[in-house]
Amino acid sequence: MKALENLLDKVRPLFEKGGKLEKFFPAFEAGETFFLTPPWVTQSGPHVRDPLDLKRVMITVVFALLPCTLFGIYNAGYQALVAEGADPTLIASFITGLPLVLPIIFVSYAVGGTWEAIFATIRRHEINEGFLVTGILFPLTLPPTMPLWMVALGISFGVVIGKEIFGGTGMNILNPALTARAFVFFAYPAYISGDTCWISTPSDTAALVDGYSGATALLISHGAANGTEAVNALQSFSYGDFSWTNMFLGFIPGSIGETSTLCCLIGAAVLIATGIGSWRVMAAVVLGMAATATFLNLIAGPGSSAFLTLPAHYHFVMGGFAFGMVFMATDPVSCATTDIGKWVYGICVGVLATLIRTINPAYPEGMMLAILFMNIFAPLIDHYVIKANIKRRELRYAG
Amino acid sequence: MEHYLSLLVKAIFVENILLVFFLGMCSFLACSKKLETALGLGFAVTFVLTLTVPANWAIHEFLLKEGALAWISPSFETLDLSFLNLITFIAIIAALVQVVEMVIDRFSPALYAALGVFLPLITVNCSILGGSLFMVERKYNFLESVVYGLGAGLGWFLAIVALASIREKIRYSNVPPGIRGLGLTFIITGLMAMAFMSFSGIKL
Repeated sequence: MKALENLLDKVRPLFEKGGKLEKFFPAFEAGETFFLTPPWVTQSGPHVRDPLDLKRVMITVVFALLPCTLFGIYNAGYQALVAEGADPTLIASFITGLPLVLPIIFVSYAVGGTWEAIFATIRRHEINEGFLVTGILFPLTLPPTMPLWMVALGISFGVVIGKEIFGGTGMNILNPALTARAFVFFAYPAYISGDTCWISTPSDTAALVDGYSGATALLISHGAANGTEAVNALQSFSYGDFSWTNMFLGFIPGSIGETSTLCCLIGAAVLIATGIGSWRVMAAVVLGMAATATFLNLIAGPGSSAFLTLPAHYHFVMGGFAFGMVFMATDPVSCATTDIGKWVYGICVGVLATLIRTINPAYPEGMMLAILFMNIFAPLIDHYVIKANIKRRELRYAG
Repeated sequence: MEHYLSLLVKAIFVENILLVFFLGMCSFLACSKKLETALGLGFAVTFVLTLTVPANWAIHEFLLKEGALAWISPSFETLDLSFLNLITFIAIIAALVQVVEMVIDRFSPALYAALGVFLPLITVNCSILGGSLFMVERKYNFLESVVYGLGAGLGWFLAIVALASIREKIRYSNVPPGIRGLGLTFIITGLMAMAFMSFSGIKL
């Protein structure tokens, strides 16, 4: 460490003002703070004394995502092996899953990081750690068969249009990872929806097991005939096990990181324990979803769409609900910032996500669009919460 | 009743006149710097749309539609004046906005002062004319045209208020100089339209 410090001290004048490589100071700064904690302190107010800086916040989120990532790698391999009829042991699944998932994560980090570095160099701000989170969140919401150039295109859109043009980390209005996913979703729907993209299968269809189907749980409920029960359709589906426990554990086809509700909840525990993710938002999302799902169950009569009959605890474990709730809706930049605002925002996300899933025939999944939609209205919610607060205080001191 | 409710929801969210049809963009972009102004303009547009769509419905139904003048004399049975739709609608809208302006000035000078120049500007807001033209194209009846006018107005209101609150939030952001102001507003509008696509495809 001492040697490294000496080396960095030696080259620092090159990068400082007047040095030869002045332009690349952000790159130097990023490298230095990656290894060492610099001794600089804030020169002018306001001062916040807190060991939890932006770097540590972001790294904690990445750690909270670790269970989802590891399980995603395992599950991608597991589903591929089952589809081929091979024996899905733990080791074999990981070995099959690694080459499927790692390139997607790598491309996302490399391309997103490059954009971040370009903007930091030109606009002379520090390279922010925010992209470490965006760069892992985005691949985890993609199916394992995603072409790599689309991953690159999506993360470019998310980082540049979703974040950098608003001024960088902390200034964006929409969640950059979800912006990237929505862009890819609307631009290339065939690669990110339907029933062919969720499991990596061999090109030779003869190698597949009999009765193979790549449908996700949401797609099955979506496709169930009117008047039937969605839960029955899931239980009696010919391929795979769509029981509640299995969906909770995550051994089902889906986007890389979203299938296991258990892993998402482990992540949620980390985020809540460290105070980084807002428990209010998470609780409100679940509340909104449960209320809407129960209401829809009650009004579902004979002959109505099967999706309406799906109970709340099934909504909770299917699709990207848990992942979106824990990692996307709680994004501290794009969600509401006031406490009451967080409840309103979260409940609206839950209600909308359930409504889009059940009412809208165009999309079986609604979590992504519900969060994006509420991101837009988050500033408005905050505005009125603050206004109400001012009014209350005025009344209190009016007398 | 259910029919009118679903028409209202459809007009507000699924077929949002601003973020799905991109009508009324000019005042949307120009008057969204402050939330207070956006609120006032949103109210005014909603109000005018709710009045003009049924008014134009009556004009179209009883005067301009093919065979609408048959009550004067049977020889007018085949007369089709709908080519006059566009110019008549604009005249009706202009007249109604004038009336609304005078009424507001008379009964609520405070609101009149707050709205200022935006009130007469509503005359040339594309979403107002668009609402009337959609009404003709979709063959709404009187009550439907009232509900549609209200829904389209509320949708416009929702969009401009959301944009104004976003623009207030990013007022102090360090945006690259080239796209400060209108450029970034266009990009935000695009992102908002992307989020509104969550409703596209809903059949009510």
